[in-house]
Amino acid sequence: MRIELQQRQAPSAVARLLAPVLALAAAFLLGGIVVAAMGRSPLAALDVYVLQPLSDPWALQEMVVKATPLVLIAIGLSFCFRANLWNIGAEGQFIVGAICGSTVALATHGTDAGAWVLPVMLALGTLGGIAWASVPAFLRARFGVSEILTSLMLVYVAELILDYLVRGPWRDPKGFNFPQSVTFDDAATLPFLADGGRLHIGVLMAVVAVVVAFVVMGHTIFGYRLRVTGEAPRAARFSGFSERRTTFIVFAISGGLAGLAGIVEVAGQIGQLKPSISPGYGFTAIIVAFLGRLNPFGILLAGLVMALTFIGGEAAQITLRLPFDLTRTFQGILLFCVLAADALVTYRVRLVRGAPAQAAGRAA
Amino acid sequence: MTELNAAAEARAEEPPLIAMHGITKVFGSLVANDHIDLAIRAGEIHALLGENGAGKSTLVKILYGLLEPTEGEIRWRGEPVRLSGPQAARALGIGMVFQHFSLFENLTVAENIAAAMPPEMSLAEVAAKAREVSGQYGLPVDLDRPVWTLSAGERQRIEIIRCLLQDPQLIVLDEPTSVLTPQEAERLFVTLERLAASGCAILYISHRLEEVRRLCSSATILRAGRVVATIDPRAVSAREIAGLMVGTALHDVVALRGAAEGAPRLVVRGLSLPPEEAHGQTLREIHLTVRGGEVLGIAGVAGNGQGELFAALSGERLAGAPEAVEIDGRPVGHLGVTERRRLGAAFVPEERLGHGAVPDHRLAENTLLSRHGTGGLVSRGFVLADATRALAQRIIETFDVRKEGTDPRARTLSGGNLQKFVVGREILREPGVLVVNQPTWGVDAGAAALIRQALVNLARQGSAVLVISQDLDELFEMADRIAVIHAGELSTPKPTGDLTREAVGLLMTGAAASKGTVHAH
Repeated sequence: MRIELQQRQAPSAVARLLAPVLALAAAFLLGGIVVAAMGRSPLAALDVYVLQPLSDPWALQEMVVKATPLVLIAIGLSFCFRANLWNIGAEGQFIVGAICGSTVALATHGTDAGAWVLPVMLALGTLGGIAWASVPAFLRARFGVSEILTSLMLVYVAELILDYLVRGPWRDPKGFNFPQSVTFDDAATLPFLADGGRLHIGVLMAVVAVVVAFVVMGHTIFGYRLRVTGEAPRAARFSGFSERRTTFIVFAISGGLAGLAGIVEVAGQIGQLKPSISPGYGFTAIIVAFLGRLNPFGILLAGLVMALTFIGGEAAQITLRLPFDLTRTFQGILLFCVLAADALVTYRVRLVRGAPAQAAGRAA
Repeated sequence: MTELNAAAEARAEEPPLIAMHGITKVFGSLVANDHIDLAIRAGEIHALLGENGAGKSTLVKILYGLLEPTEGEIRWRGEPVRLSGPQAARALGIGMVFQHFSLFENLTVAENIAAAMPPEMSLAEVAAKAREVSGQYGLPVDLDRPVWTLSAGERQRIEIIRCLLQDPQLIVLDEPTSVLTPQEAERLFVTLERLAASGCAILYISHRLEEVRRLCSSATILRAGRVVATIDPRAVSAREIAGLMVGTALHDVVALRGAAEGAPRLVVRGLSLPPEEAHGQTLREIHLTVRGGEVLGIAGVAGNGQGELFAALSGERLAGAPEAVEIDGRPVGHLGVTERRRLGAAFVPEERLGHGAVPDHRLAENTLLSRHGTGGLVSRGFVLADATRALAQRIIETFDVRKEGTDPRARTLSGGNLQKFVVGREILREPGVLVVNQPTWGVDAGAAALIRQALVNLARQGSAVLVISQDLDELFEMADRIAVIHAGELSTPKPTGDLTREAVGLLMTGAAASKGTVHAH
């Protein structure tokens, strides 16, 4: 007896659309089991994680704010993943973007530098992310090193650099020895969309990124190039698309957007540098990209859903005393369910009696 | 001989060795096999004929236990049997020699054979048995050579020996001569005849009708999943058999040889290129000239540098010196594939799916693959979707591409129809130079005739057409001159009229190279 995956003749379009929804439902079910195993009521957890944030205007705004970096990063990653290149290090590019952009904020701190500060911060943040992402792109294009490993390892390098900076040279002298920088001046802080609200203009950037990505992916020769590279590398070569160039471009796009997300988060939401500027946005964005089926509008929706788990997770820590790690666990369960649902849309599972087909198992 | 005939008559009284009754296999809405009856007697060489997609491979997979039939019965010596897997098939005495070899390149011949034998047999025992079988049936191989140094013919002998060591009573061979030179094929036929004389039944799958007529005493012809005829191929002409396979009468390609000599349009000078992959072929000092108005054919056994030559000519790999490749007098060795297309060249690679077309993309999108850089389909970086659809439609109409739906995905087309689309895409741009690798590989006879005619017509309009093919019949039908590629070296092209199949076959084995080198491939 063995289990076989058989490719379906024509995967149903309805199933394709429903798959993420079903994956979400399955993840909630499994998450509920984990919560029950920890001795809490799954229904109470559902209430705290989902229903309360959705019914509270403040929490809704917070959800959009948290979705902003997720969407920005995931849009960038979708370019990589479409081309079948695996940038797993968006977290590191996010941190380096935050650091590079912050240099301007810290250098102009306490001066009356004007309106040029913010655009320069955003530009430097983006460039920082691009530079950090270029390292794995270069190693892959030049030496064939797996970009999965190098991009991931650079995350830890970035985290330690940030840690060093905020504990060392960039520590606020009046900060009671807390590892954090000075609070940014107004000139170095993203303006709010509305007075008294939580939404800063970074939210708009995420929306613009979604629309631009939609046009580029679906209607330009560049989007076509990425899809060909991802789906049929030999055909891409036949088409005259250089794989090296594609690698550099998609890593630059994803690194740049992750870096932009980093400086937007620091300048819009946190207002200073500290060791923990990200609860793992760079990694969660990978789930967002897949939950959104690499479709820009899907990513927008998926970003909101994942932001909800962060907010719910914080609330659950306080009201149910459930650890924040549970949120990470849930995110992992969700990614697993999404990938499983995708596989089931494309393949049919069959139980087959008898021995495995040996002839197919021999080496070519 | 009379004894043999008497034995054959005696066998005719017995139930057939294997009989398949009403075999039906349904995949979703597709009926791949529709109530197929097939019987093979001991000592018989039986051909299974049909175009691509006629249901041959499905039937063979059922016979080897890789697929279970939806309906129908299989009897072995008159007894109903159930083939639940390849092991069950082998236990009965069914052996299979696949079209694509499954050998470990870095192991020796003996080690490869041992890998398929029970683990308790020592390497020496395996080698001894292999030597015995190899002598008995005329299958010479050097047991100590690593597989990667062997030619396709030698590799196939390993597969056959491996199969014979299982003591099979029925051997299934899937397109065995597609990778062989005429001389190697002739040798295989002698082996198969010896096997049949010793009482072994052979199911021989091929689309080469002449060899089926030479070798087989009966043939089952499939079309669209059904048996259309069971014939004695020796008594029927190849043309009639082809007609049965296709369902319509075939037309010959009109070659109209002797067109006026044009100017050189594709010139290759001293092209040498190391291989890209571990067991790839090095190209050595290749010289060739294709003039406007002519078809130059390059024959050769698979793996002798055809893929490497195609990559160097198309610009998928840069050829080093700019002068190594010239298109219409312009050195292009340093230019990529898009620049070469802009100079009027077009290319058709060997693989349709994944190289010449993206399987999951629709036909309209697949027009972009080779034509995005040459105008008309892209404006300021934006894809002109209407233009791609119009072009796809034009290709479909001009080249009679049959498909389902208005703009299907490439993978849903049959091999022949997708090949017509890929070739049509390049021909419709009216290229000055066209390089085609295996233009009709695995394509049904109808589509193959249409493609060959289109290539010849293109040349007669003044283009230079270079056809790389393993199919000698195809080259003799189309080409004005033929050269042979062997071990990365190209022979001097000669006019087709001055050549014989035997002479080309000798060049394909490297025997005429007169350098006395042991051929590595």
